[in-house]
Amino acid sequence: MRHILSILVENEAGALSRVAGLFSARGYNIESLTVAPTEDATMSRMTIVTTGSDEIVEQITKQLNKLVDVVKVVDLSEGRHIERELMLVKVRAAGKDREEMKRTADIFRGRIIDVTDKSYTIELTGTTDKLDAFLEALDKGAILETVRTGVSGIGRGEWVLKA
Amino acid sequence: MELKLPPLAETGETLTGAEIAIRCLSEEGVEFVFGYPGGAVLFIYDALSKQKKVKHILVRHEQGALHAADGYARATGRPGVALVTSGPGVTNAVTGIATAYMDSIPMVVITGQVPTRAIGEDAFQECDTVGITRPCVKHNFLVKDVNELAVTIKKAFHIATTGRPGPVLVDIPKDVSQQTARFHYPDKVHLRSYSPVMKGHGGQIKKAMQLLLDAKRPMIYVGGGAVLGEASHEVTELVRLLDFPCTNTLMGLGSIPASDKRFVGMLGMHGTVEANMAMQNCDVLLAVGARFDDRVIGNPAHFAAGNPTRKIVHIDVDPSSISKRVRVDVPIVGHVKDVLTELIALVKAGKDKPDAAALAAWWAQIATWRAKDCLKYDRASPIIKPQFVIEKLWEVTRGDAYVTSDVGQHQMWAAQFYRFEKPRRWINSGGLGTMGVGLPYAMGVKLAFPDADVACVTGEASIQMCIQELSTCKQYHLPVKLVNLNNRYMGMVRQWQEFFHGNRYSESYMDALPDFVKLAEAYGHVGIKVEKPGDVEGALREAFALKDRLVFLDIITDQTENVFPMVPGGKGMSEMILAEDL
Repeated sequence: MRHILSILVENEAGALSRVAGLFSARGYNIESLTVAPTEDATMSRMTIVTTGSDEIVEQITKQLNKLVDVVKVVDLSEGRHIERELMLVKVRAAGKDREEMKRTADIFRGRIIDVTDKSYTIELTGTTDKLDAFLEALDKGAILETVRTGVSGIGRGEWVLKA
Repeated sequence: MELKLPPLAETGETLTGAEIAIRCLSEEGVEFVFGYPGGAVLFIYDALSKQKKVKHILVRHEQGALHAADGYARATGRPGVALVTSGPGVTNAVTGIATAYMDSIPMVVITGQVPTRAIGEDAFQECDTVGITRPCVKHNFLVKDVNELAVTIKKAFHIATTGRPGPVLVDIPKDVSQQTARFHYPDKVHLRSYSPVMKGHGGQIKKAMQLLLDAKRPMIYVGGGAVLGEASHEVTELVRLLDFPCTNTLMGLGSIPASDKRFVGMLGMHGTVEANMAMQNCDVLLAVGARFDDRVIGNPAHFAAGNPTRKIVHIDVDPSSISKRVRVDVPIVGHVKDVLTELIALVKAGKDKPDAAALAAWWAQIATWRAKDCLKYDRASPIIKPQFVIEKLWEVTRGDAYVTSDVGQHQMWAAQFYRFEKPRRWINSGGLGTMGVGLPYAMGVKLAFPDADVACVTGEASIQMCIQELSTCKQYHLPVKLVNLNNRYMGMVRQWQEFFHGNRYSESYMDALPDFVKLAEAYGHVGIKVEKPGDVEGALREAFALKDRLVFLDIITDQTENVFPMVPGGKGMSEMILAEDL
């Protein structure tokens, strides 16, 4: 099953490699990993999307908690949450396809953020599913380049993840 | 001209990074630092030479330094400290760090690093120490600011010795050891991201008590966590209070006296029939500071499927050890000593007693397994049997020696036949299984307990992996006794090849062995060769009588002897091969 782990880590050199190293050393999956500073400059927040049985995800959580640089771990998928991913896609947009490409981007609420005679760069935000669906809706040959941030997640409601 | 300043209070002195490092060790009460100098640690060695409190033990290879510090820690319970230089100093130390990590041994490892400005430039003797050691330390630090050095070393000792212990490494670039800072050693440190749970959950402990009292076929399984957590007194008290059978893992030996009739021997791949069968067939299992690893319960699916109604209570300070390989019914996270103390108090305060009739029937069943006498061997053999040597070693040392071992058959025989009465007497590499640890372990133990008998049970393959430390033993007058069970084979490799690889002894024969007696003599020690069973006891007595000499006993043993019982890899723990089966 797919799980979204939110992790607060000390903003120390090497914290990312401790976390990434744990996953590779113990053979756990990483589907995506994002990390950036938080409102508290001493901490970074990571979001890791992983897959595994409940037992494996329980082990992942325990092993993460054991890392000295990890302040807190929460499995967002255990409760109500929101997840978003940002994607930038450069697509072929010439001739008769140009108008069609814009329409498809509009349908997915994408924004065209860069334009040339032959291409568009589209910015799209949403769940992983939505981004996948957008890519599937395009003609494979039209996609020139894809950049995705990986999932960021946050709990719904007033609950916050704090040290 | 240098200014003469009035003396400052101790907390305000200006010291170099090197002096700070040594002062921190001194503040921590460190007796010995095991190490080897080199370019990046020259300032630290200079500071070391200017004081007397912390004694340095110069080894002959960095691996020996780490193992010796590790052995010291295992025997005393205090953190072992090692000091090595950058690059090859560190890479040589990695085996020792990983060995300590696998067995959760508290250590602080100080490593030199190239100057901060040179880091990343592929400087001479540079390696990414923090990167290389990251997967085999509990935590590590690279100190880039001399003002952070003291607090970092404090953190290192705190992390190494609390919760589930482990090695912590502090990497100090050469320029940091040269720069100065005001020295202040904090009394304690707080890390918001590190606070091991010590006290067990009261409700869970009650549940555990009820399960134990309701059990018809109970079993208590005690691992290295009980030794590390100083809980052997509580383990023994609980076992005696309930009159339940108790087994120890390789790492847990000594946590209950082997002479106690409730002790059913070691369990696992080379465990006794009674221990393995009781584990497999019990209805309630209490696991204390153990981790159900592959050498203990074998195949976890077989362990679970063979007895699906078995209830398991697991006490461990590390939550990640619980339900890792085997699903547990009542997890209790906490310090084993504290949790057991609460559990004992609950049992004593309650009216319920274990079911005496069920327990009697269970003990009767265990007696039938015991009657198999699974550790029997040919005592009348004209060739020296390795088991016989260990039995004689026990007799000669009255079961009171510190026994270190290397890794292989001799290790298993020592574990099976030296009946440990006390914790921290059995010093071996259980998790990583590192050949070569035995001699440096014995050095660390002998330094800690100079008046105690220290024996290293080894083999002719293992001993050669750190043989250079015989020189260290000479330098520091460490009269340990080496019991070399010399069967001219890497015995455990040979045993697996005999059982599972059609007797093809691929590269497991030790050819061109040195004359160990002459080798010992060349290092300035005493060597004795023993070839007949009748000479074993006399040689051992002679060796231990030579109080101030290291004695290397080269004992020529049966080449074909195997360790029994044996659970083949991947099999269930009740699927043992016994000597009589072959």
